[in-house]
Amino acid sequence: MQIDLRTVSITPLRQTYNHIAERLGADKPASRYIEGTMDVQANANFHYRPTWDPQHELFDPRRTRIVMQDWYALKDPRQLYYGTYTQARARMQETAEADFEFVESRGLAERFDDAARRTALDFYVPLRHVAWGANMNGAYQCAYGYGTAITQPCLYAGMDQLGIAQYLTRLGLLLGNQGDLEAGKHAWLNAPAWQGLRRLVEDTWVLKDWFELFVAQNVVQDGVLFGLAYKEVDQAISEKAGPTVSMLTRFQAEWFQDASKWVDAVIKAAASESADNQALLSQWYGQWRARVQEALAPVAQLALGEQGAQALERAVAAVDARMVKAGLTLSA
Amino acid sequence: MSNVFIAFQKNEDSRAIVNAIVADNPTAIVSDQPAMVKIDVPGRMVIRKSTIEGEIGREFDLQEMHVHLITLSGNIDETDDEFSLTWNQ
Repeated sequence: MQIDLRTVSITPLRQTYNHIAERLGADKPASRYIEGTMDVQANANFHYRPTWDPQHELFDPRRTRIVMQDWYALKDPRQLYYGTYTQARARMQETAEADFEFVESRGLAERFDDAARRTALDFYVPLRHVAWGANMNGAYQCAYGYGTAITQPCLYAGMDQLGIAQYLTRLGLLLGNQGDLEAGKHAWLNAPAWQGLRRLVEDTWVLKDWFELFVAQNVVQDGVLFGLAYKEVDQAISEKAGPTVSMLTRFQAEWFQDASKWVDAVIKAAASESADNQALLSQWYGQWRARVQEALAPVAQLALGEQGAQALERAVAAVDARMVKAGLTLSA
Repeated sequence: MSNVFIAFQKNEDSRAIVNAIVADNPTAIVSDQPAMVKIDVPGRMVIRKSTIEGEIGREFDLQEMHVHLITLSGNIDETDDEFSLTWNQ
C-alpha cells in the first residue's frame, strides 16, 4: 500500500478581532498586548448615572481636564498586560529575593556599618508609608480613569508600590528589628522632617482629577523621590559602607527605570495631542514640582546632610530633562 | 542576486522579530506557512536588536532569537546589536 503525505495549508478566516483590525487598518495579526488592551473599556449601555456623582457617567472621560480624541493613544511602550506584567515582575522579584537571601546568608546585615545602618533605617523605613500612599493613588487613577491603555498600567504601578512598601519593610527588619518599623512610623507621623512629605502624600489622596494625580504622583513625586532615594542616597551609603543597601533596594531602582519609560510615553502622547493639554500638563508639572521639591528638602537633608540640597537638585533636574524631552514647557 | 533567508517558528516573540525584519529590510518577502514563517531577502538581510526591542516592548538579547529559529541560509555576521545574513558575490 502506498501512502501519500501532503501538506494542507489551512489559512485562518480572520487574523484578529474586527475592532482591532479597524484600528490596525487591515486584518493582520496583532500582538497580545494590543488585543488585550484596545477598546476593552466598557462605554455603552449604562442606564443610570452613579448616585455618588450624577454629573458623570459611570465611566466618563470627563473626569479629567485632559482631553483626548482617542484615549487608547496613551499606550504602554512596555506592552504590559496581565500575563506579561506578572512574568516581568516575577523575574524582578526572583532577583530581589536572591539579593535578600545573599545578604542574609553572608551575614552582611550584621556586619553593616552602624552609622550607615542608622541613616538607612531613618531614611528608607518611613518611605514605606509614601509607597502605600502611591498604591492608593494608582488604584484611584485606575478606578476613575478612562481607557484600558492608561488605567491598566496605572493599577500595575499601584500594585508595584505595594510591593515596594513590602521590600522597604523587609529592609527595615533585616537591618533593624520590629522596633525600627515602629520608630519609622512614629517619625512619619511626628518628626518635623517628614511632615512636609506626609502632607504632600495626603494632599494627593484628595485630588479629584485623576490625570493631575498621575502628574503629581507618577511624574513628579515618584520621579524626584526615586531619583533621590535609590540613586543619590544609595550612592552615598554605598560609598560609606558598601553595597548592602543597594542590594536590598534593587527592585525599586530597576522598577523606577521601567516605570519611567511608560510615564514619559504617556506624557508625550497626551502633550502632543493638543496645545491645551500641553499647557495644562506643564502647569500641573510646575505646580507639583515646587511642592515636591519643598517637601523633600528636609528629607534629603536627613539622609545626606549638607549634600542633601545638591542631591535633590540633581534629582529634580533629571525629571525636568525627561519632561522637556516629552514635550512639556518648564515655567521659570 | 540570490536570496538569503531565515525561518522562525510562529509565536508571540517571533512575530515581533518578523515585524522588525520587515521594517529594516524593505525588500523582504514574507511567506506564512503552517507553524512557520520564512523570510527571503535578495542579497542581504539585517536583524537589529533596537528595532526588535521597539516592537516587543522590552529588552531583547539577539541570542534569544535562536530559540525560535528553524533554519537560515547565508553567511552570518553577528554582533550584540545586529545579526546579518549575506552572500559574497
